[in-house]
Amino acid sequence: MRLTVRHTTTYRYAPPRRAVVQSHRLTPSVFEGQQTIWWNISVPGAWTGATFRDGAGDRIETVSMLGPVEEVLVEVTGEVETQDLAGVLRGHRETVPPTAYLRTTRATHPDTGLRELSADALAGADGDPLDRAHRLSRAVAEAIAYVPGETHAHTSAAEALSLGKGVCQDHAHALIGAAIAADMPARYVTGYLFVGDEPMGEASHAWAEIHVPELGWVGFDPANRCCPDARYIRLGSGHDAQLAAPIRGLAQGVGEERLDVSVDVAEAAQSQQQ
Amino acid sequence: MSDGNTPPFFNEMFDATGAVRPPYGGLDGWAAAMPEELRSLKQSEAEALFRRIGITFAVYGEGGSPDRLIPFDMFPRVFGADEWRRLENGIKQRARALNAFLVDVYGRGEIVKAGRIPARLVYCNEAYETAVAGITPPKGVYSHIVGVDLVRTGPDEFFVLEDNCRTPSGVSYMLENREIMMRMFPHLFQQKRILPVETYPALLKRTLASVAPAKCQGEPRVAILTPGHFNSAYYEHSFLADQMGVELVEGQDLFVEGDYCWMRTTEGPKRVDVIYRRIDDAFIDPLCFRPDSMLGVPGLMNVYRSGGVTIASAPGAGVADDKAIYTYVPEMVRFYLGEEPILNNVPTWQCAKSDDCAYVLDNLSELVVKEVHGSGGYGMLVGPKATQEQVAAFAEKIKADPDNYIAQPTLALSTTPTFVEEGVAPRHVDLRPYCLVGETVELVPGGLTRVALTEGSLVVNSSQGGGVKDTWVVDE
Repeated sequence: MRLTVRHTTTYRYAPPRRAVVQSHRLTPSVFEGQQTIWWNISVPGAWTGATFRDGAGDRIETVSMLGPVEEVLVEVTGEVETQDLAGVLRGHRETVPPTAYLRTTRATHPDTGLRELSADALAGADGDPLDRAHRLSRAVAEAIAYVPGETHAHTSAAEALSLGKGVCQDHAHALIGAAIAADMPARYVTGYLFVGDEPMGEASHAWAEIHVPELGWVGFDPANRCCPDARYIRLGSGHDAQLAAPIRGLAQGVGEERLDVSVDVAEAAQSQQQ
Repeated sequence: MSDGNTPPFFNEMFDATGAVRPPYGGLDGWAAAMPEELRSLKQSEAEALFRRIGITFAVYGEGGSPDRLIPFDMFPRVFGADEWRRLENGIKQRARALNAFLVDVYGRGEIVKAGRIPARLVYCNEAYETAVAGITPPKGVYSHIVGVDLVRTGPDEFFVLEDNCRTPSGVSYMLENREIMMRMFPHLFQQKRILPVETYPALLKRTLASVAPAKCQGEPRVAILTPGHFNSAYYEHSFLADQMGVELVEGQDLFVEGDYCWMRTTEGPKRVDVIYRRIDDAFIDPLCFRPDSMLGVPGLMNVYRSGGVTIASAPGAGVADDKAIYTYVPEMVRFYLGEEPILNNVPTWQCAKSDDCAYVLDNLSELVVKEVHGSGGYGMLVGPKATQEQVAAFAEKIKADPDNYIAQPTLALSTTPTFVEEGVAPRHVDLRPYCLVGETVELVPGGLTRVALTEGSLVVNSSQGGGVKDTWVVDE
């Protein structure tokens, strides 16, 4: 599929802030499942620098604005050609060893509930790691219903599970916790999703990757009960949502912050008609 | 003066016949010739000097009252040049191996692939920073100041208790103890050839400058990043900045713009090339680590990782000095340097291993048990000094969370003569030298000697009644 992305994030500050610094993980990953045709990140009025690829293979950029800052507009536009690799992250270069992803964070920590979910899902399973990963993903999808507005940015996997409701972030955290409880390295992945006309769809998306010895990292999206395919664009990863966040920022000073996000992912042919 | 020789403890000043060992030559006469009044006069003079310079903080982040003076014992601790040479080689060897390990585990992980150290112990360690995997800092140095804590048990027997690869503190005591001894007893420094430690600040500055990023142009600008004046080691931060002639900054004095980190000054922003940080990894950069950190610099880790600034010690260095990793340091020496370790580790049982744990529980009253992440002598059990109830209670703690504990035999720490109420008596000591790693590996001849002032005590921590001594290396 050829997908176009238009993703704008606007931060408005009242009163204006002394300075704003952001770390961006907003560039599509490099692997066989996606080729970037063109990609542009623009932040009017900001310095961009300190750009590099980190050990997880993500491209990271730093932007800074000296105050007074009333508004920061981050505009991401681009076009990506994608292939369906059934979730397999083939040809992705990274240094971090999979074992490092056996660590949990507050957000992914498997409590008793998650450990039980993990053990129940794997009861009777044979040793095939891919099958085990699929079972865990299904179990998480069944245990946590997709209900927006019930959880928030800091809800942990354990909290979402006991609530039985959540959004893609909660699904991903819960799957990571359940996988690590079963001794499978797992991590949080952010990206975009082409949802077409689906009313419930979120174009800004997150899912999990589980490390399967024979295949390497494989994506699982419990929220959509599938593995990432040609509708997905992968941006970056981390131990949890906070560490994988496409934008991590800090505005110096105090006051209100208003955030507006708009994400539009379309098939390239359609967007050209506009 | 008593010979203070109580076997099995090794007395560093007197041999078994009561004769003074050569490095201490002359000090017996010096102490004996000092009348009681002069001694207490000198002691209060020393205290007044310490108070005046304001050095009252606790060593090694042990907390405690910031205005409390750590007792200074005027009786120096002395090494002969030969003894020191072996220690120096051993410490430098260890510092090189620890740095090779850090470059390796954030890179290709050869030592793990070779099966010489378990993957999980390294990569699932709390101190392993995924964020710096793939980053090789300038000159391949992660830990620029390695504090190696040592104890002695015999003429040639030294054991490393632990390595400190992050930001070991206490070096200002090494420098101030010397300064004060030179002021109070100048004739001792004329009589004996005591090798200088005063070169430390210049060496530290040279070490830090030698690891400036490749992008740095001209003379590297070095700054010390402190959490602020409320930190217990703030005195040391400002002392070192002063001695090195570099800026002392807090997070708010620095900012990130473009590819670099800048310091606010009255003459406008100045680029900073090397940051000697005295704050923990978690607080360095709210955009990379703890988002609530007010002490760090937003974006600093990105500048570091893209080669715009050097951070000393490098974030992630802590994985090398973890108590569970410690067991493998001799293995690192063999693996990376192809040498046999000069300094011994203390045999260590890891309660995480069930066989080890069973042994520990069976022999608790003879062992020292420590928390894996503990420091400052808190949360530990000194078996031979504990009551039966204390031992029993500690056994329960170990059973409840075995992964959290390691155990070691109780070492017969050496003693040196120390001024006490009744005159001079042997007290147990340890040693922390500060090894500098940059373009070259350097060690000033000396370190910080801590002394357990309570008779018979083996715990030298200042929070538990420990004091400090000037440490001499004499070349005679």
